[in-house]
Amino acid sequence: MSDAVHAHDDHGHGHPSGIMRWLTTTNHKDIGTMYLWFALIMLFSAGTMALLIRAELFQPGMQLTNPDFFNQLTTMHGLIMIFGAIMPAFSGFANWQVPLMIGAPDMAFPRMNNWAFWLLPVAGILLISSFLLPGGAVAGGWTMYPPLFIQGGISYDLTILAVHILGLSSIMGSINIVTTILNMRAPGLTLMKMPLFVWTWLITAYLLLATMPVLAGAVTMLLTDRNFGTHFFNAAGGGDPVMFQHIFWFFGHPEVYILILPAFGIVSSIIPTFARKPLFGYASMVYATASIAILSFTVWAHHMFSVGMPAAAQLFFMFSTMLIAVPTGVKIFNWVATMWRGSLTFETPMLFAIAFVCLFTIGGFSGLVLAIAPVDIQLQDTYYVVAHFHYVLVSGALFSIFAGIYYWLPKWTGHMYNETLGKWHFWMSVIGMNILFFPMHFLGLAGMPRRIPDYALQFTEFNQIATVGAFIFGFSQLIFLVLVLKTVKGGAKATDQVWEGAEGLEWTLPSPAPYHTFETAPVVK
Amino acid sequence: MKSKWQRVGMMGAALAFSQSTLADYAYNLQTPASQVAQDVFDLHNLIMLVCLGIFVVVFSAMFYSLLKHRKSLGHKAANFHENTTVEIIWTVIPFVILMGMAYPAARVVIDMKDTTNPDMTVKITGFQWKWSYDYLNDDISFYSNLSTPREQIVGTAEKGEHYLLEVDEPMVVPVGKRVRLLITANDVIHSWWVPALSVKQDAIPGFIRDSWFKADRIGTYRGQCAELCGKDHGFMPIVVEVVSEEDYKVWVEKKKGAAASAAADNTRTFDAAELIARGETVYQANCAACHQADGKGLPGVFPAISGSKIATGPIADHINVILNGRPGTAMAAFAGQLSDADIAAVVTYQRNTWDNKTGDLAQPAQIAAARGGAAGEAAAPAAQ
Repeated sequence: MSDAVHAHDDHGHGHPSGIMRWLTTTNHKDIGTMYLWFALIMLFSAGTMALLIRAELFQPGMQLTNPDFFNQLTTMHGLIMIFGAIMPAFSGFANWQVPLMIGAPDMAFPRMNNWAFWLLPVAGILLISSFLLPGGAVAGGWTMYPPLFIQGGISYDLTILAVHILGLSSIMGSINIVTTILNMRAPGLTLMKMPLFVWTWLITAYLLLATMPVLAGAVTMLLTDRNFGTHFFNAAGGGDPVMFQHIFWFFGHPEVYILILPAFGIVSSIIPTFARKPLFGYASMVYATASIAILSFTVWAHHMFSVGMPAAAQLFFMFSTMLIAVPTGVKIFNWVATMWRGSLTFETPMLFAIAFVCLFTIGGFSGLVLAIAPVDIQLQDTYYVVAHFHYVLVSGALFSIFAGIYYWLPKWTGHMYNETLGKWHFWMSVIGMNILFFPMHFLGLAGMPRRIPDYALQFTEFNQIATVGAFIFGFSQLIFLVLVLKTVKGGAKATDQVWEGAEGLEWTLPSPAPYHTFETAPVVK
Repeated sequence: MKSKWQRVGMMGAALAFSQSTLADYAYNLQTPASQVAQDVFDLHNLIMLVCLGIFVVVFSAMFYSLLKHRKSLGHKAANFHENTTVEIIWTVIPFVILMGMAYPAARVVIDMKDTTNPDMTVKITGFQWKWSYDYLNDDISFYSNLSTPREQIVGTAEKGEHYLLEVDEPMVVPVGKRVRLLITANDVIHSWWVPALSVKQDAIPGFIRDSWFKADRIGTYRGQCAELCGKDHGFMPIVVEVVSEEDYKVWVEKKKGAAASAAADNTRTFDAAELIARGETVYQANCAACHQADGKGLPGVFPAISGSKIATGPIADHINVILNGRPGTAMAAFAGQLSDADIAAVVTYQRNTWDNKTGDLAQPAQIAAARGGAAGEAAAPAAQ
């Protein structure tokens, strides 16, 4: 540990500048910044793919794409949004905020931190450049189900490689976060005094450590089935295509919570600040987070109700999935109770946090509907599922990321963002998002399958509404880009505390936070 | 376009004001045509209503707080941050509500999985990108392809009422009979889904899964493949025609007659014009999805047939590829899918169309021979 601290002391004498600063940096703030910019670039790339998808679906018939390219778009949109945008954004928050919130000088393994980040652009380039290869990018869906995935061309192998690299990066990032949180807290900061954001990331890091190797195993079996004549997933050779789904979703369901637990942490930081009142039920929040994480390992086959499991398996996975609603409900109640009888103000971070609570709950309820196995069999692989996971991932994960950026950007840059632009961004996003995704519930109920480039005529109207919403939502993200660039460049000087009701170690530091912080550990009473 | 936008507007109005027009538009699951589908429909409504109730209660509290407990109204923050009693209550109440949902749901699960005592059994196989149906009791087999013309898809013709949800050969079943389905696939995973019957069962290559339905009403029920299965996943619909017992018997006889005349074709000898005309139809139904109508394929994904070594080289190799496919690629084995006459026709068509000018003819007898032994030995001299 002391070596790591020392490595930073030579900053100022011969520290590289320009591009070398970013390539060689071991500073958690630099690395956090790079994670966030990377995520933003990926958000816009995969967002552009989403707009192409929605443009094709504006009316029945094939207009802009062909069915194969359409499948490439949906597959890459999913892979890049999950692995390139949402996960790196949360890693960016962890890098910036975990040391600041626990009073540590940096992450436990600064060099590994650098390596974990710089693997991401490599994987990102592998994924995006596969569009240019013969046969185009992967078109088998982000879930990579064999035997379809076995049929593809060279880009399928590159995607497997990219997933391995992303997994490696996540594992290194997680080891770093766990070690930092468990070993480097300021004196007096016991586990049950940690900010909830730190708790949620600690639990998320364990989920990553447990599931990323499982994904790596699954894609390695795909790789050997594709190239070395094994038959893990080929019934003709004694394998089973459904086994892939079991392994994939054993990773995939905890992955869902990897994408949402840090969001719970961000929202749990923001709501008390703008309610000017401590978080209600801190201990139950911690226990609820841990319960969700543990339960997440017992529900995977609810993604597979239509493969035809025995009744006993369907019942088990239905009940365990329904059970997750209990700790999730506790969280919603606690956030509402935190606002109750507070002294509320509605700056942009708070607006996004409130929208999160409300809209994430819609995603939660549609999740409960989908947990009911007989209903799920009707809705599996329809637009209802698309609506469900976009309520969870857009108005859930992405909105929490926006909320967190607005909340901490003044601490990071030393400047206040433009509140008017922020409010525009919020209202355009929240309206566009609902016009985009709400009609998809109706499409799914009426019987429109997902991942189809063309559809029957009775689905036309809701698809048109959704496409209009998509363009409103997509283009309003340019407001966010402008706002961030303006804030980085200049703006009103932020105070140290930034927000009237903000509490925690990060707000005791100057704004912007200096390059090195907490070189002497603060003492927490 | 104008009328579509009018309908969009009307839907908004319908949502806001009128209950009666709601029936015209789909806001819920399709009208059930079986008891299981009705149970699922009711279950979904029940759960939606419970969720809606909880949503209204919780968010009324939140929005009350957002309106009344504002700093701008001078509201001072209280300082409470825990209350064990309240926290236990709001853990236990959701748990009880969930138990109330779990009970009816479990009953439907058990009912759906009970495939015993069928009146008849149909084996359904998914292919890239069509379905086949084998009636095990009546000894009928046929393939079911999308029948929407390509011109409608690319927009050069007006789209029909059942655009993308229509097939050349629907599955026909008698009303009120328990139909057991044995579902599998030939290449990749597909999923056989008819919403009105509430059957969605993945078709898994190498495994057979079963499901069942008993349609209560005569009618035509349309569905689609529900599991991504490659390029034309969106173009392999399912149509189930539920007919009376008498109509079903008539249909069975008709299918048996058609099978007999198809078998007779396999022993005939055709002339070039007949083979090429028939071959074009076979090609459009089975080959054009990948290799394209112009025979040029999709570079990097599906190889061209026009000018290819296979379609201009030895005819035995050409027949072999079509009969046995290319393992590990999307090229399927058509030995089990097409008759000798159809394969002879499509081979002849491919060897005498586009840039291919071999002049070769293939006859059904030649295909039958190639099926029998190793493909190499079965090479027959090309007819001139």
